[in-house]
Amino acid sequence: MRIGDAKQSYEADEAIWTSQTQKLWLGFFLLILLVFPFVVDSYLLYLGCLVGIAVISTTGLNILTGFTGLISLGQAGFMGVGAYTVAWLSINTALPFPVTLVLAGLMAAAVGILVGLPSLRVKGLYLAIATLAASVFLHFIFAEWESVTGGMGGLSLEPAHLFGLTFQSDFSMYFIIVPLAVLMVLAARNVFRTRIGRAFIAIRDRDISAEILGINLLRYKLMSFALSSFYAGVAGGLFAYFYRVVTPESFPLSMSIFYLAAVIVGGMGNLLGGILGAAFMTLVPEALKLLTAALTPFYPNAPVFMSPMLEIIFGALIVGFLIFEPHGLAEIWHRIRRFFRLWPFKN
Amino acid sequence: MDWLFFGEISLAGLAMGGLYALIALGFVIIYKATRVINFAIGEIMMFAAYLFLAFAGGMEMSPWIALPLAVIGGSILGGVIEKTMIRPMLGESPISVVMVTIGIASILVGLVEFIWTADPQLLPNFLPREPVFIGELYLAPKIAYGFLIGSALLIIYLLYFRFSRGGVALRATASDQAAAYSMGINVRRVFNMAWVFGSLAASLAGVLVAATGGLSPQFGIIGLSVLVVVIVGGLDSILGALVAGVFIGWLETVAGAYLGGEYRMPATFLVLAVILVIRPYGLFGTHEIERV
Repeated sequence: MRIGDAKQSYEADEAIWTSQTQKLWLGFFLLILLVFPFVVDSYLLYLGCLVGIAVISTTGLNILTGFTGLISLGQAGFMGVGAYTVAWLSINTALPFPVTLVLAGLMAAAVGILVGLPSLRVKGLYLAIATLAASVFLHFIFAEWESVTGGMGGLSLEPAHLFGLTFQSDFSMYFIIVPLAVLMVLAARNVFRTRIGRAFIAIRDRDISAEILGINLLRYKLMSFALSSFYAGVAGGLFAYFYRVVTPESFPLSMSIFYLAAVIVGGMGNLLGGILGAAFMTLVPEALKLLTAALTPFYPNAPVFMSPMLEIIFGALIVGFLIFEPHGLAEIWHRIRRFFRLWPFKN
Repeated sequence: MDWLFFGEISLAGLAMGGLYALIALGFVIIYKATRVINFAIGEIMMFAAYLFLAFAGGMEMSPWIALPLAVIGGSILGGVIEKTMIRPMLGESPISVVMVTIGIASILVGLVEFIWTADPQLLPNFLPREPVFIGELYLAPKIAYGFLIGSALLIIYLLYFRFSRGGVALRATASDQAAAYSMGINVRRVFNMAWVFGSLAASLAGVLVAATGGLSPQFGIIGLSVLVVVIVGGLDSILGALVAGVFIGWLETVAGAYLGGEYRMPATFLVLAVILVIRPYGLFGTHEIERV
């Protein structure tokens, strides 16, 4: 129940944590995140790490597509840039992981700015196709620039390390990935309380109007690209540390589509939606795997049908959410919250 | 430089480009009439090709009966997609509609894998086998006859849109939807018709391309090449689709032959990137002016 929280000042209205109840639940959620790795088995831990990486990347794409209105089919390519940066640095230098991850983010941001350059001239679907071209080029570079990327064979890297500690197990990676995910989502939340974030939203709503209001379109669009690719780069770097092998096939076009789908299913232009979408889209295949395993004793053919079923469910989720629930999981979440706001004193 | 080799490669590329032009035409019809960018066009092609496989291979029909059946099946699929999944999205932002077509593509890939498994398949050969020579240049018969059949449909289409009642309705809707509506044109039906015709062109091209290169659930990737074609040519230009289709088909084949298969996509996407920077609306597309 959450009542009696009428805001009396602009600061209060703009605060990230608006009520005691919210703080309480958030603390509770963080506590769960902290306890999670100690109580679950290795499989759930692995899933937790995957969701963490997906949350970072989805949040990045959400900044670009959900908040600035620029569609990108290059997210997987940017993640690849980050992953290869981390892999190359860990092989050729002895830098600890916080440095390599930041460098991975910056590298991806630089590539993102380059890819974003056409965004002043083209937008909407043309831009989506420009980013598609970028991801084709990036894949080509990953596969062909053998002296740096190892060609089709890819690169294998050492575990992440810091102050003599190595992070080899999923358990230790969890404590890199999840705090970083929390931090980066929080940072994104804060960005949208500043001029930069507001400029992004203005560009999304109507770019010409935004320009008339004095927003430098090129600058802010590129900034959005840079920020979004930074997130992708960090996520890619974590991906590299997590799997400890990076190949050109690790970042296919379907991965870019996966992240777009996560943003849409979660709810475009909603950070909570990005988190929910990333978790949901990561967990659906796993749920299907469990279902298949449960069905196999009765239908021996079930595993054969799993991969096609996954494709169908993936597509149906995108289509279904867009047609029936365009605001995504976030809207469902808000509906549930509204229900409990006055509960149990309904009406 | 070996001119004979270059000539043969170019010829094969141009013939392939003819098929690209046909697919691009299907794409442009849909875009012109309904303003929907159809990312699922490669998958519609694939579905029709699998239908052909089922009719001609599985049910052992004559290929010349199976081909029209498969093409009709593909166009019905297009009509059903429009009715069930695209129409509810009318008026939504273009991003959403594009994502719906991406979702449809995924569903179709899954369906095909579900029914025909993920293994690559070969279509029963139905085109004449004698090698074709144009002057001294050899052209693989499958490509040559595929090109002929494709061009025949292309010409029928162009005549149809120029002269028939339905074609005029389609062009009228494309040039001004509100005016067409007030003149009594059934815009809903035009939308549906555009999808049916667009899918029909794609389906025929799908069977012909699959007959030369084999078929697998990854077949839909050809949709990306078509995307390049339509952007280079201009999304709403039929002439652009034809010219760019032939050009991109040629470029892809030549780049593949001289530089290696891994250069095919980067070569065409390089052209795409240059076009996007110089003429974002394509070689022959309409330059839209945006107002607040």
